[in-house]
Amino acid sequence: MAIGKSIIRKEAWDKVTGRAKYTNDFTEKGMLHAKLVTSPYAHARIRAIDTKKARAIPGVRAIITGEGLPLTGEDLRDRPPIAFDKVRYHGEVVAVIVADTLVQAEKAANLVHVAYEPLPAIGTPSEALKEDAPLIHEQLGSYQKNKHTYPEPNTNIAHRTKIRKGNMERGWAESDVVVETRVSFSPSDHIAMETRCATAEILPDGQIMISASSQSPFMIKRLISTYFGEDAGNIVVHTPLVGGAYGGKAPVQLELLAYLAAKAVRGRKVRVWNTREEDMITSPVHIGLEAAVKLGATNDGYIKAAEILFLFDGGAYSDKAIDVSRAAAVDCTGPYHIENVWCDSLCVYTNHPYAAPFRGFGHSEQAFAIERALDLLAEKLDKDKWELRRKNAIRPGHTTPTQVPLNRSNVGDLPACLDRLRELMEWDKWQRIEIDAYTVQAKGISCAWKTSTIDPDASSGVILTFNSDGSVNVISGVVEIGTGTKTILAQIVAEKLKMDVHDVYVKMDIDTQTTPEHWKTVGSRGTFMAGRAALAAADDAIRQLKAIAACILRAPADDLEVGGGKVFLRDDPSIYVPVKDIANGYKYPNGNAVGGQIIGRGSYILRHMTPLDKETGAGKPGPEWTVGAEGVEIELNRRDYTYKILKAFAVIDIGKVLNPKAALGQVMGAMSMGLSFASRETFLFDRYERVLNPQLRTYRPIRFGEHPEYIVEFIETPQIDAPYGARGVGEHGLIGMPAALANALSLAAEVPLNELPLFPEQIWRKKKGDIHDSF
Amino acid sequence: MIPFEITYHRPRSIAEAVRLFDTLQQQGKKPLYYGGGTEIITLSRLHLVAADAVIDIKHIPECRALESNPHELVLGAALPLAALEEADPFPLLTKAASEVADRTARNQITLGGNICGQFFYRETVLPFLLSDSQAVIAGKDGVRQCSIHDVFQRHIRLKPGQFLVQMKVDRSYASLPHFHRKRRKQGKVGYPLVTAAAIKKDGQIRVALSGMCPFPFRSTEVEERLNARHLSLHDRIAGAIQALPRPILNDIEGSAAYRLFVLEQMFFDIIEELGGE
Amino acid sequence: MEASTKCEMQLLVNGETKSVVARQADTLLFVLRNELGLTGAKPGCLNGDCGACTVLVDGIPIKSCMMLAIETVGKAITTSEGLHNTAIQRAFVEHFAFQCGYCTPGFIMNAFALIERHPDADDSIIQEWLESNICRCTSYKEIEAAVKTVLANHPSIPNDDHF
Repeated sequence: MAIGKSIIRKEAWDKVTGRAKYTNDFTEKGMLHAKLVTSPYAHARIRAIDTKKARAIPGVRAIITGEGLPLTGEDLRDRPPIAFDKVRYHGEVVAVIVADTLVQAEKAANLVHVAYEPLPAIGTPSEALKEDAPLIHEQLGSYQKNKHTYPEPNTNIAHRTKIRKGNMERGWAESDVVVETRVSFSPSDHIAMETRCATAEILPDGQIMISASSQSPFMIKRLISTYFGEDAGNIVVHTPLVGGAYGGKAPVQLELLAYLAAKAVRGRKVRVWNTREEDMITSPVHIGLEAAVKLGATNDGYIKAAEILFLFDGGAYSDKAIDVSRAAAVDCTGPYHIENVWCDSLCVYTNHPYAAPFRGFGHSEQAFAIERALDLLAEKLDKDKWELRRKNAIRPGHTTPTQVPLNRSNVGDLPACLDRLRELMEWDKWQRIEIDAYTVQAKGISCAWKTSTIDPDASSGVILTFNSDGSVNVISGVVEIGTGTKTILAQIVAEKLKMDVHDVYVKMDIDTQTTPEHWKTVGSRGTFMAGRAALAAADDAIRQLKAIAACILRAPADDLEVGGGKVFLRDDPSIYVPVKDIANGYKYPNGNAVGGQIIGRGSYILRHMTPLDKETGAGKPGPEWTVGAEGVEIELNRRDYTYKILKAFAVIDIGKVLNPKAALGQVMGAMSMGLSFASRETFLFDRYERVLNPQLRTYRPIRFGEHPEYIVEFIETPQIDAPYGARGVGEHGLIGMPAALANALSLAAEVPLNELPLFPEQIWRKKKGDIHDSF
Repeated sequence: MIPFEITYHRPRSIAEAVRLFDTLQQQGKKPLYYGGGTEIITLSRLHLVAADAVIDIKHIPECRALESNPHELVLGAALPLAALEEADPFPLLTKAASEVADRTARNQITLGGNICGQFFYRETVLPFLLSDSQAVIAGKDGVRQCSIHDVFQRHIRLKPGQFLVQMKVDRSYASLPHFHRKRRKQGKVGYPLVTAAAIKKDGQIRVALSGMCPFPFRSTEVEERLNARHLSLHDRIAGAIQALPRPILNDIEGSAAYRLFVLEQMFFDIIEELGGE
Repeated sequence: MEASTKCEMQLLVNGETKSVVARQADTLLFVLRNELGLTGAKPGCLNGDCGACTVLVDGIPIKSCMMLAIETVGKAITTSEGLHNTAIQRAFVEHFAFQCGYCTPGFIMNAFALIERHPDADDSIIQEWLESNICRCTSYKEIEAAVKTVLANHPSIPNDDHF
């Protein structure tokens, strides 16, 4: 009925008419405006903050600085919401001005004078790990942390995840060939088109009303309660449509500032809104990485051992960076069957803007490291690069690096993805051809996989209510950030209730007081968790409809079916009662009423998740592994090293395609983001670790006209416990793209390209033989 | 938005504009002439430009001139680059203009704004340097015309109160063989890594560059070396490279070494395409 | 203390004359959103780089974050709220040419003007115009398909209602 159809998203017409509203679109008269004062230094002691001139600006109502604020952070509480005593990254907030208008707040912010004493700034994880490196967090040992976080005091290591699987000695002994490679890239950014925004108002009755452009409205509630001692029930968060997030709006930052600002003006409503520059560096960014991979394989191409070191540039504060580093460790080998694995994944402090989750959550980072090593291994073994991957592809019966046994439900069919990719790419025809003296075309491939590593007790709830015409409202805590998940939920409910999807309405906005919680809109888990909850809610509604209909139709509930807007007798559909006649109570001809509002309730909680063992990493961090095989075809100009990305391929096992056009859009959009990141996105730092390009003029993503031809196909191996078998797919298109691009360009240029982004100058330098030290 | 107060003025004639500037100055205000406004607005936001008043010259008829008579082309400084591109009176200028920012921005960015603005690329000045154009400048002492080379050395040299009204180009230049290439760090929108514009006049190659240094320029020494036909192609180019002003930019768009690598190839292509036998 | 530069301006927006009071330094984007409640045009960078603020001024695409409101007095401004069931809007919907929707009004204004100005636009003109807008969610493939569909069917699909 609705599943498998390209149903147009519910909010489509609002979006094409400019009527869709995002957080910054809601204005209230009398609302106050905040402006952030940020640090021009990457590492410095704050000697004094002089706000005298700022206070004199008309309309300024409050100026907030960092004294007396609790430390924040989701795994390790190391971050003051406003810098206190020290600034640790360029762009860190040192004061917040609250004024009647944004212009007044701006004028005042410009007049705040801060005296800094610069400190040496650390720019890479390896620098941070040196013996004599300055400590970015001198008090690391005293920070509150959760149970499974292991900071190393008196170092710049916020956390270390260890993966120890199998027996490394045996693995190396069984290997005939060993390759070692290193990769690296600096932090970059999500650059969602909508910059972050939050408002806060505290009412006299104690209610704290927050509105936020966020992936985590429910986490905002939890954290404000935890950090500031407020009652969770008093905190209500409203999240409307969000203009892109890609992981960057999962952390909680501006919301805390808005809350503090409101507190400073006796609870009046205050809005904090990021300029692009602030959104890029003040708010958290896409993590950087230095990695070393060592692979051992037999002569006929079976990988026996993998030794991996991830040094993540988590930036100045650990917040979600620790979880990203953990997620990369969990899937460190890539989707390959490797029995002996040693991995240390460190979340390292540097004086860079701090990291947020970035679409893929550690997996495109992990893939880049492993897939470059695989190409190197293939070259050393003189084996076809596709063959090598196919031979070692992970399958049901194998285990993941954290020793989770895989079966046909919890892992997709990678061999099938690889087989189809090979066909689509015409891999056997050629992999590298010289078109003329200057032009070379080449292909590069990469596998991709991912499980989510969200909290083991993450859950999702859905409520269904009925309208007087029998149509249904779906109320879910999933945020519509662009993934189209809200429309998918409508499709799932329509399918279950056997009704027209146009009669299923979806509440787009989130209001944490009335919308059931969905843990966070992250991890490509929206469809899975909220979908399960929606199915449960639909079942619940069906049970209630049948119970009432059983009375009216004088038949056992077991003999009844719900569909087409009716509750009817299965063996004689002519005996029925319309849903709209019972959805709000049924009135007998004599006036008696029975039943009442049908309210369908459903929830889903992840099952059987366990934390990782501290020493071995063994544990079950996620419910399933989505796999895919990706590739690119490029054309390199060997004279000037410019290149074109001609084609980009992805074959992903998505379990069940719920909405074909939406799924394609998600995957192609993710692929584009991966190619953009790999080809040209990075923060550029000066020698004081200040960001030189915090604008879209100097940090330039792919534009219209630079896009390649996209060829995307899906394999459908159902995940048995997922709604209609569907696996999540929001992130996966991105994961293999950077590696595939680097593999293709390395082949074309005949020089290993292990650093991102892949600028023509980079390729030129490698060809010249310039040494780029990553460690 | 602009975080300070400005008054907006819209003079209808050159005289009115100049008078307005003077009056505002006398009042102790800081006026700025205003073309497309894109630079003033975006830099003001970051406190990199300060002004008390803006004088919009886009409604002065001479500043919007777009004439093509047998003798010369007259191009108003207040013409948006996109309008100049569409009219296409001077193909080399069209190529130069069409690479600046993006199309929508070019609906606003004016010729005068690009030449006289703070951003040091000023790519639309290159065709004028190559064609020995004339600049028409208005100021307290009236309207005068002079060679572009007298009033533009690395950047426009205007006295306070003066503004660029028009550029005039000798007609014959508009149809000369020409070359234009803009290489960026990556992609098709953005600041230049190297932009090279060239024409061939009377058998000699003239070349003007942006992106190599923090100013656009045309250099007689560079042209001499490029045109030194008695030398090998390799030596001509090496000589031209050597004659470039130093230092070469080394920044977030690229290193100096890479810029030189790219420029070398451009010089080669210029000679090949324009025929520098 | 700086003297206020607020003044009353008559702006012609989507065919309606509106009286607003704004600072002379206020941008068109700011005035549309905060004085007229027309929040379709979005702030993406306030620097002229992303195109999310694109509106039409006398039919020409302009980045409203870089134009003063006072400059537009006497000109006809069209925003996405002023386009009703146009071919380009229908095509965007049918082709799934947006996801989060934040860049969409800007894209639609630019594409709308492109199609009016160049009903026979080829790839290079389409690219020249549309590279002025950044989309972070899609791969641009669907946007390209939507624009080309409208161009192919132009002018047989009527534009119902716009200013």
